Amino acid sequence: MRFGTEIVLVSLAAFAALAAAGLAQDSAFQAHMWVLFFVLLGSAIVLMRNTSFAPADAASIPLRRDTDGYMDGPVRYGVIATTVWGIVGFLVGVVVALQLAYPDLNIEPWFNFGRTRPLHTSAVVFAFGGNALIATSFYVVQRTCRARLFGGNLAWFVFWGYQLFIVMAATGYLLGITQSREYAEPEWYVDLFLTVVWVAYLIVFLGTIFRRKEPHIYVANWFYLSFIVTIAMLHVVNNLAVPVSPFGSRSYSLFAGVQDALTQWWYGHNAVGFFLTAGFLGMMYYFIPKQANRPVYSYRLSIIHFWALIFLYIWAGPHHLHYTALPDWAQTLGMVFSIMLWMPSWGGMINGLMTLSGAWDKLRTDPIIRMMVLAVAFYGMSTFEGPLMSIKAVNSLSHYTDWTIGHVHSGALGWVGMITFGALYYLVPKLWNRERLYSLRLVTWHFWLATLGIVVYAAVMWVSGIQQGLMWREYDDQGFLVYSFAETVAAMHPYYVVRALGGVLFLLGGLVMAYNLAMTILGHERKEAPIGGAVAQPAPSLQSAG
Amino acid sequence: MEAYTALRQFADSWGLLFMALFFVGTVLFAFRPGSRKSADEAARIPLKDD
Repeated sequence: MRFGTEIVLVSLAAFAALAAAGLAQDSAFQAHMWVLFFVLLGSAIVLMRNTSFAPADAASIPLRRDTDGYMDGPVRYGVIATTVWGIVGFLVGVVVALQLAYPDLNIEPWFNFGRTRPLHTSAVVFAFGGNALIATSFYVVQRTCRARLFGGNLAWFVFWGYQLFIVMAATGYLLGITQSREYAEPEWYVDLFLTVVWVAYLIVFLGTIFRRKEPHIYVANWFYLSFIVTIAMLHVVNNLAVPVSPFGSRSYSLFAGVQDALTQWWYGHNAVGFFLTAGFLGMMYYFIPKQANRPVYSYRLSIIHFWALIFLYIWAGPHHLHYTALPDWAQTLGMVFSIMLWMPSWGGMINGLMTLSGAWDKLRTDPIIRMMVLAVAFYGMSTFEGPLMSIKAVNSLSHYTDWTIGHVHSGALGWVGMITFGALYYLVPKLWNRERLYSLRLVTWHFWLATLGIVVYAAVMWVSGIQQGLMWREYDDQGFLVYSFAETVAAMHPYYVVRALGGVLFLLGGLVMAYNLAMTILGHERKEAPIGGAVAQPAPSLQSAG
Repeated sequence: MEAYTALRQFADSWGLLFMALFFVGTVLFAFRPGSRKSADEAARIPLKDD
C-alpha cells in the first residue's frame, strides 16, 4: 500500500495538534495549533486520496519519476517551491516597503509591520533561499558523487517537513508568536520540529556522500555540507530556551543580557555567512562551470576559499554589537575578523568570474550566464561593503540606518537571488527533459528588471541611510541635537517610496521567471530569434555554385 | 580561575595557534608540488556527468 506509514503518522500528528489546541494555555498557541491541525488534516486527506493498494509504481507519477537512477522528485518539487515562495517573499517585501512609506497600510493586528517584516525576511531567506539550497544540494550531490540520494523517502520527509516548518513559522508571525530573535523568530515547538527535519537533511546529504562512486568529494559539496552542519549548530545553540508550558507559545532564553545578545548575533551573522554565503557558493561552484561548460578557474583557490570562509566567518558576529555593553575586545575581534573576510570574498569572486576566461563572448549570447556573473559581481561588492561597515568608525555612522538594509539587499537580491535564478533556469529544462527554456528573451527581461530593481534599491538606501546617520549625529553649537527622531523619519519618505519601486521591479522580474519556468515545464517553446543574432552562416561555396 | 577567564585564555592562545596552523597547513597542502594534476581532475567532476 502506497503512503501507508505516512497516512498513519500524519493522521496521528493531526490528532496531536487537535489535542494541543484543546489543552492550549494561551490563545495564540491555540490558534497556531488549529492551523497545524488543518494543514495536517489536509495533508492526510491528500495522501489518502492518492493511495493505492497495488504495488508502488513511481514511474506513473510524472513529478516523481527519476532520471538516470538519480532521485529527482524532491528536486522538481523544490524548484517549484523555490519559485512560489520567492514570489510570495518578494510580494511581502513590496508590501512592507509600502507600509514604511505609507503607515496607513499597517492593518491591525495581523498585518502590522512588526509581524509582516519577519514574514518577509523568513519567506525570502528560509522559504525561497532554503528551498533553493535543499533542491540544488540534492541535485548537485547526486551528480558530483554519481550516487542516488541516501535514505529512500527521507528526502521527501525533508522537503515536506521543511514546507510545514515554513507554514508554521509564517502563520505564527501573523498570530503574534515570536521569540524576538532576528531571523530566528519561531517559538520553541517550531524550532524543535525544524531540528528534526534538519537532522534528516544531514543524514540524506552525508549518506549520499558516503556511498559516492567518485573518489574525490567535489568542492561544491564541501560548501553545502558546511552550510548544513553549521546551521544545525547555530540553530540549536541560539534557540536554547525553556518553554513556559508544554502547551503554550512562550519560552524564555537560557542566556541573559549581553550573552543573549551575542548568542543572537553569533547566530544572525553566521546565518548570513553559512546559509546565504556558503550554501550559495556551493551552487556557484557547480552551476557556473556547468552553464559555461568549463571547469572552475582554480580548484586549489576554491579549497583556500573554503577554509578561509570557514575559519573567519564564525567570529564576525560581534560587529553587530559595536558600541553596546559587549566587551570592547569582543567588538574589536568581530571587526578584525570581518575585515579578514575580504580574503575569501575576493578568492570566491575571482574564481567565479575567471571561470569564464576565454568564454566571455557567452555574456552576449547567454542571459543565464549573464545572471550568474552579475550574482558573483554582487557577491564581491556586498562582501566588500560588509567588512567596510564593520569598521567601528564607519559603523558609528551606518549602524541602525537604512545603509544596513541596502547592504543586506545588495547581497540578498544581487547575490542570493541572481545565482538562484541562474540555477533555476539551468535546472528546469534538465529536470523536465526539455530541449531548452520556453524563452531566452524572457530571461533577458528578467535580468534587466531585477538588475534595475536592485540598483534602484541599493542606491536609494545608501542615500537615505547616510542622510539618516548624519541627521542623528548633527549637533548645534550649544551641544543639542538638531533633529528630533520624528523629523529624521519624515525625511525618509521619498526614499521609501522609490525603494518600494525598486522592489516592484524585482518582483516583476520574479513573475516573468515564474511564467517562463511554468511554460517550460508544460512543454512549450516560444519561437524567437536567437540572442546575439543568427549564427553566422559560412559563405556559399563558389565551386558548388559553378 | 573562573570558567570565563580560563576559556578566554585558552581561546586566544592555544585555540588561536591551532586554527592559524591548521589554516596555513591547508594552504600549503593545496599548493603542494604535484597538486595541480589532481586539482585539475577534481575540477572536471561536474562536467563528466550529463
